[in-house]
Amino acid sequence: MIKLEGVHKHFGHLQVLKEIDLQVATGEKLVVIGPSGSGKSTLIRCINLLEKPSYGRVIVDGVEITAHKAPVHKVRQSIGMVFQQFNLYPHKTVLENLTLAPTLIRKVSREEAESTGMRYLERVGLKEKAGAYPSQLSGGQQQRVAIARALNMHPKIMLFDEPTSALDPEMIKEVLDVMIDLAHEGITMVVVTHEMSFAKEVGDRVIFMDEGVILEDGPPEHFFNNPTQERTKAFLSRILR
Amino acid sequence: MVGPFAWFKWEALLKDGNVFIEGFGITALVAVLALGVALALGVIFGMLGASHWKFAKRASRCYVEFIQNTPLVIQVFFLYNGLPKIGIVLPVLWVGVIGVGVYHGAYIAEVIRAGIQAIPKGQREAALSQGFNYWEAMRYIILPQAQRIVFPPLTNQAVFLIKNTSVMAMVAGGDLMYRADSWSSGNIYYGPAYVVTGLLYFILCFPLAQLARHLERRAEVSA
Repeated sequence: MIKLEGVHKHFGHLQVLKEIDLQVATGEKLVVIGPSGSGKSTLIRCINLLEKPSYGRVIVDGVEITAHKAPVHKVRQSIGMVFQQFNLYPHKTVLENLTLAPTLIRKVSREEAESTGMRYLERVGLKEKAGAYPSQLSGGQQQRVAIARALNMHPKIMLFDEPTSALDPEMIKEVLDVMIDLAHEGITMVVVTHEMSFAKEVGDRVIFMDEGVILEDGPPEHFFNNPTQERTKAFLSRILR
Repeated sequence: MVGPFAWFKWEALLKDGNVFIEGFGITALVAVLALGVALALGVIFGMLGASHWKFAKRASRCYVEFIQNTPLVIQVFFLYNGLPKIGIVLPVLWVGVIGVGVYHGAYIAEVIRAGIQAIPKGQREAALSQGFNYWEAMRYIILPQAQRIVFPPLTNQAVFLIKNTSVMAMVAGGDLMYRADSWSSGNIYYGPAYVVTGLLYFILCFPLAQLARHLERRAEVSA
């Protein structure tokens, strides 16, 4: 479903990703862990080309999106993304946030976009907020709306870039619960997170990144119980008490 | 000794009131047309200036810097005296419309660029991640949000623009300022002429300035 081949990314002299090779199978739940500055956000942003690799190839659903004149906008329609800062459209109501892209980009009828939108809002527990504006919602609510907004495009892949890092502790669970619920479906998920419980519970596979390279790659049990690299052990000892 | 505001001078002005009313009409017409030119140029160059294409940014920069750093009077003289030398003779009304429009287009471009750049980059990223292309993201996500920021300074620009149409007086433009100048230089009744002219500009500008204040307050409330 997702394939990265020899992906490099540098910003000026700073090497953020070094020769990354990665495959994510259809339906797989991949969790990306690593200290800040390890390149994990850049990695996930390369998957929908919000960040353009300096070189290397990115192939999504059989389309090489790094190719010259690749149909990037088309491919992005099937990749939902959830950001750390929610990035809801503040000038639109909650329901409009959900229907804007489906009606304008996917050319779905307004009625249909609204009815599927309401279903997703119900699923994230915010049906009664359909007419509210994002600024009237708490952070946790905004992030749940952001997930519903992404889902209303009926994506094959969902990318989560530190979805709970900007949230107050008491709101993290409500967002994670929605993500766990989503993980029980067949959708392919790539999640950059610091939530180790989430990695353990829903991750099919965990990769650990540091300084732009993937140091560990395997099932969560392997990662948490038998890490091979010293740096992984040091990282785990710092975050798991 | 006859004062500058002697009664008979006001009477003379009232008698020739048509001169001022015609000038007022031309000033208003030039202002509206120039505002159209300025808005079109400002939106285009403002968007280019906020874009990520090097060439577009540079083109926008050149336009803005060149226009902002030379006097409007010289730009208008160029249109009026310079262009005919290469065979382009513009009616004086269009000298005013183009001169003032191009001049304020540069300022409006800066207002629009700043407004676009004030929108967090996460908004553009969210739109792109959903499959919007650059122009769609601009149209549906960025510009509607930038609009609120941009309206108050834009309205102020409209006020400046109206006052700056008075530059046409220097090229016999037939506008309000020109009428006041030529009428009063004939009979040296400067006092009433300039007081009335000032009031007429005030009538055009004051409502706009009020609108700017109103929009500003509303933007603050909703921010």
